[in-house]
Amino acid sequence: MFKEYTKITNIIGDIIELSAEGVTYRELAAITNHNGDTSLAQVIRIDGTKVSLQVFAGAKGMSNRASVRFLGHPMRVPYSEDLLGRIFSGSGQPIDGKPAIANAEETDIGGPSVNPVKRVVPRNFIETRIPMIDIFNPLVESQKLPIFSTPGEPFNELLARIALQAKADIVILGGIGLKFDEYIGFRRKFEEGGIMDRTVMFVHTAADPVVERLLVPDMALAVAEQFGIAGKRVLVLLTDMTAFADALKEISVAMEQVPSNLGYPGSLYSDLASRYEKAVDFDGAGSITILAVTTMPGGDVTHPVPDNTGYITEGQYYLVNGVINPFGSLSRLKQLVIGKVTRDDHGAVMNSMIRLYAKALESKKKISMGFEKTETDEKYLRYADLFEQRFMDLRVDIPLNDALDLGWKTMAECFDRSEIGVKKEVVDAHWPKGA
Amino acid sequence: MIDSSLTTGHVVGINGNMMAVEVDTGNVVQNEVAFVKLPDARLKAEVIKVIGKKCYMQVFEDTTGMAVGMPVEFTGNMLAVELGPGLLGQIYDGLQNPLTLLENKQEFFLQRGQYKEPIDRQKKWDWKPVVAVGDRVRAGQWLGEVPEKFITHRVLAPLGMHGSAVVKKILPAGAYAITEAVAELEVNGKTVPVTMSQEWPVKKAIKAYKERIYPEELLITRQRIIDTLFPISRGGTSCIPGPFGAGKTVLQHLISKFSSVDLVIVVACGERAGEVVELIHEFPEMKDPKTGGSLMDRTIIICNTSSMPVAAREASVYTGITLGEYYRQMGLDVLVLADSTSRWAQAMREMSGRLEEIPGEEAFPAYLESRIAGLYERAGLVKLHDDAHGAVTLIGTVSPAGGNFEEPVTQATLKVVGAFLGLSRKRSDERKFPAIDPLDSYSLYIDQMADSLNKNLDREWTKMVHEAEALLVRGAEIGKMMTVVGEEGISIDDLVSYLKSEMLDFTYLQQNAFDDIDCAATIERQVVDFKLLYKALKTPFSFETKAEARKFFVNLQDNFYQKNYAAEDSPEYAKFVSKIEEIIVSGGGRLV
Repeated sequence: MFKEYTKITNIIGDIIELSAEGVTYRELAAITNHNGDTSLAQVIRIDGTKVSLQVFAGAKGMSNRASVRFLGHPMRVPYSEDLLGRIFSGSGQPIDGKPAIANAEETDIGGPSVNPVKRVVPRNFIETRIPMIDIFNPLVESQKLPIFSTPGEPFNELLARIALQAKADIVILGGIGLKFDEYIGFRRKFEEGGIMDRTVMFVHTAADPVVERLLVPDMALAVAEQFGIAGKRVLVLLTDMTAFADALKEISVAMEQVPSNLGYPGSLYSDLASRYEKAVDFDGAGSITILAVTTMPGGDVTHPVPDNTGYITEGQYYLVNGVINPFGSLSRLKQLVIGKVTRDDHGAVMNSMIRLYAKALESKKKISMGFEKTETDEKYLRYADLFEQRFMDLRVDIPLNDALDLGWKTMAECFDRSEIGVKKEVVDAHWPKGA
Repeated sequence: MIDSSLTTGHVVGINGNMMAVEVDTGNVVQNEVAFVKLPDARLKAEVIKVIGKKCYMQVFEDTTGMAVGMPVEFTGNMLAVELGPGLLGQIYDGLQNPLTLLENKQEFFLQRGQYKEPIDRQKKWDWKPVVAVGDRVRAGQWLGEVPEKFITHRVLAPLGMHGSAVVKKILPAGAYAITEAVAELEVNGKTVPVTMSQEWPVKKAIKAYKERIYPEELLITRQRIIDTLFPISRGGTSCIPGPFGAGKTVLQHLISKFSSVDLVIVVACGERAGEVVELIHEFPEMKDPKTGGSLMDRTIIICNTSSMPVAAREASVYTGITLGEYYRQMGLDVLVLADSTSRWAQAMREMSGRLEEIPGEEAFPAYLESRIAGLYERAGLVKLHDDAHGAVTLIGTVSPAGGNFEEPVTQATLKVVGAFLGLSRKRSDERKFPAIDPLDSYSLYIDQMADSLNKNLDREWTKMVHEAEALLVRGAEIGKMMTVVGEEGISIDDLVSYLKSEMLDFTYLQQNAFDDIDCAATIERQVVDFKLLYKALKTPFSFETKAEARKFFVNLQDNFYQKNYAAEDSPEYAKFVSKIEEIIVSGGGRLV
């Protein structure tokens, strides 16, 4: 039996310290408070006999006489097909009123990284039916991509929509610091959309203890990894990773670590990367695609969280003013699918539509500064209106090939074929008849 | 030599990947390697601080499950790599574990505590001696040679040897494995067997050469903006800082593919695994521009991506540069690409934080600058003992926080490199590739190599380049002016200068990385193309109206642009050249 300790020496924030022996690093402990409350905790530092643990449920109301029992293993998550359709808290407790998962294999969370030579070059296009994504920055299977946004933008709606339309085998939602309403929103949409039976949710709401927040991505990704190895194409949604980074900050400050930028720990890059790098296309098995939300404090992309994220991920979607901005957004993997698995005119449509829209914005700017409106400007303004209506509006819901056709149609409505800067053969093949 | 075979200790503290160890018996060497024994694995660690009987070590693996009291065995040796034939074409992690060997054993994941032999022990190499019994040799001198892929691999006298030694025995030509002694040397009265492989501590520079020499020759990358405007010398150093998404990695990949060097060592340090995967799958399919063989055959990939252990990331850059220095000893021209040095610096920062050192700027350790300087100084052109030349050129990318070049890693790097290729967010947003900002970037080598450039490329080369740079500056000034006063507010002459600078930027400084022809330009082609462009830039056209000037330049620029997509010896290319000549002379403008 495991020895029980009943003398906590220090309580700092959500970290408790006590004197114990034979404890291993990252080991899990069960804590029972004097009033009967229980929580799990994890060893985060050992110095001689002094052991520091972070308490998942938080140390609020913790008595220094609480009992601590070490469990001899690190944090694990159960894995079986029975997880599908279920909802768990950050520490893996069912919160959907159903019983715990029985007889499931357990897998360590935060496991080792995939051997780079066991990865394959991503090559599958994921159709989302959102033209700003499909045409301009297509999502590729096994990609890791955040939505950079600010509070108040419809990023969770966008995430839910992609989950419903992306045709993944398994969807895993990791909710980090979600508002209760947002959590219910996801649940409803997934139920209505009929994907709940292939979804697993790990949800931490803003009211839950902060330490549990740190667990959500690891729990979600550990489960995703197991499904991936089993050959499934898994889509992981993580929202909001800024809340995750803030939890890291809180813990590291409590641990008296030297902060680097704006109080975040120096390891922020590695901490985020070790989660995002779980995105993978396994050689000979399934894949994990990660779509995350990173809210930018104050809309500032140079803030340490979006900044470090941008270096780690394979592009980003900027969601500002309710639309996906075509200029800051980027899918680094798009070259792997455009024109290769998608239609051969895809690249030409993407480039020329964006170039024309950029010119249209210049015209708008020019006119707003009081310069004269020319005939060319009129064309561009008309194009800008159509582009915003037919492509940028987030309500637009069409498959890629229809969107490409609509692209040709829109260009033909506004411009002459010599004005769009596309190779002659491509224009000949796709320019709408009679335009 | 310190006899530390008996040194043992036990764990007394664990904090992330840092462990504190109390030494039971024996001596400890700073930076020596030790192994800590867990029930399921034996993990490698390195001493980074010694305080009395206690030493602090960075563990190269995940420390989950480690406990106080676990035994630690010291090795007495600093963290070392194995050097010998068989390194080329390999993919290693930061500690020189061959990832392809780990692959067979453990399915998808990199389990901790697995250390494999970096070089094949069984393979026989065709050895040919180049010294005879009785010859005197110094450290690093060539004893024999074996063919390795496309290069002649020299077997070196032990690199750590002091003074000189006498060859006592040397095996005749034949096939031997790297573990067999192919020679015996008498060093200070002792006979030492020499095999084709040896170990070297990564954090010490290999200096078994006669002298370092002043780098004066161009390293050709086939990127026009680099080779022409901001050249890097063979044996020089350069850094590529840039915000995320500005194309650092694409640029590094192109440089690794097209540079005219004997071999390339790519260190993927703390970056995405996906990027390495692309290299691993692409390089074996691509041709080495120099030998025509597979590109992979001249490449070594050191791959410690962002989710792999941080301490091994710190080591990976040293592993890469050490392999580079080793091949330099064979008289070869080596290019080391480190992507990204910021992640390496962050690895130092993480460890420094755990050691509770007093932090410097942005919590980087105070020794950041000297570590960065120490790394870049390991590059260089050297004259070996037999007067052959070898070079290590080091190009490091920097990922500055917030894209701001004022941050400590960029600043410390700028102090020690010869060429600064700064990528700008603005240029990459405008889809300009490479997004190297011509106004911010510089190369000290253009003047350092002036004699050789003017001799080999063109008599007036450096003068022309400086004039082109001045035009870019002028063009930017006029561009700024126009945003305030509009095109109507500037003179026709200014507009012409502006259009010329735009043309230079658009048709020469930018390249299409995804086009088979335009992605790389040979230096011969650069010389011809640049001279033609220079001619256009120097011709003082005059126009009646601004519209006329614009129309003229649209036409001229388009011809220069289309020419980039034509192969050098194709009839299209010749056609564009004569068309350009024609436009310059007669065209819409009048020659003054």
